[in-house]
Amino acid sequence: MAEQTKIATGDRRAWLGLLARAPAEALAALWSDYGARPEFQWLRTPEIGGVMVRGRAGGTGAPFNLGEMAVTRCALVLADGTEGHGYVQGRDKTHAETAALIDALMQTGHADAVRAKILEPLTRQVQAARSARAAKAAATKVEFFTMVRGEDQ
Amino acid sequence: MTPQTRFSGGFTDAPVQAAHAFRAAMTVMARPGEKRQLVGATPPDGLSIAAGTLLLTLCDPDTSVHLAGAADSPAVRQWLTFHTGAPLVPAAQADFAVGFWQDLVPLDQYRIGTPEYPDRSATLIVECGALDLSGAVLRGPGIRDAARLAVPDVAALQSNSDLYPLGCDFFFTSGDTVAALPRSTRIQPEG
Repeated sequence: MAEQTKIATGDRRAWLGLLARAPAEALAALWSDYGARPEFQWLRTPEIGGVMVRGRAGGTGAPFNLGEMAVTRCALVLADGTEGHGYVQGRDKTHAETAALIDALMQTGHADAVRAKILEPLTRQVQAARSARAAKAAATKVEFFTMVRGEDQ
Repeated sequence: MTPQTRFSGGFTDAPVQAAHAFRAAMTVMARPGEKRQLVGATPPDGLSIAAGTLLLTLCDPDTSVHLAGAADSPAVRQWLTFHTGAPLVPAAQADFAVGFWQDLVPLDQYRIGTPEYPDRSATLIVECGALDLSGAVLRGPGIRDAARLAVPDVAALQSNSDLYPLGCDFFFTSGDTVAALPRSTRIQPEG
């Protein structure tokens, strides 16, 4: 059984965040390419709920409720006792199950294989989608500037 | 071999199992002096099956729970937090308190509600060695003529029912069975 505290919190946060935000279809495609299907038992069967997303204007203002979003979560344990948790956006229970399995595998000896075959390609896909969107938005950017009007001379 | 972890033993089919458990809890509360089977959860050591199932059924992040005596172990705390998200609090703020009778007393430390909101009171889940339908005589709503239930301390429960409509309600759990004693029941010692 993996010692969970030995895994850096930042690393685990990074892969859980990636799995939560990644499109379900992209993850499902990579997961089916990965092949191996570990045995597991449910600790908490997938369940759909809502969370309130909060934000701060400009990142520093007073917190406000931005809106609710659907979240699916589950928890499972592998045959060797490693726990995996999946929290993903949307209502796809298979997505949550895959995320929990990957979280569990990342704490075992399969971590490097999973990282190379799933997490890294997924990161590239998500980043490509993000930069494509940013490029599209940048093309429509309008620069505002003020003409010097001579009042302060 | 099923791997056991600190989070094992929750409901495997939460909607159905919780509905069955809720039905059992409602039935025993409506008919003091009857007992029902209450199964579904497999809590860690320190909680009986009935008490664990009751907590999974009734608790959520809005209900505070007080663990008393043997029930207050790290294993139970982790298990309950994982499955319900219920905050663990001292006795004076608890919506639910669970433990053996000698760990739960004195009763006057629990909330009994206010005249405007008598529902803001604590519900005590009392673990018992055995549940016998004998002993103290119960009369009141939900009971035809009289019922009998072996309760830990008749005098304390009498003074609790004297507070009606305020006061605490009680579930008694032993193994996988549950019985209940609402505040509306008048209780007299045997004989």
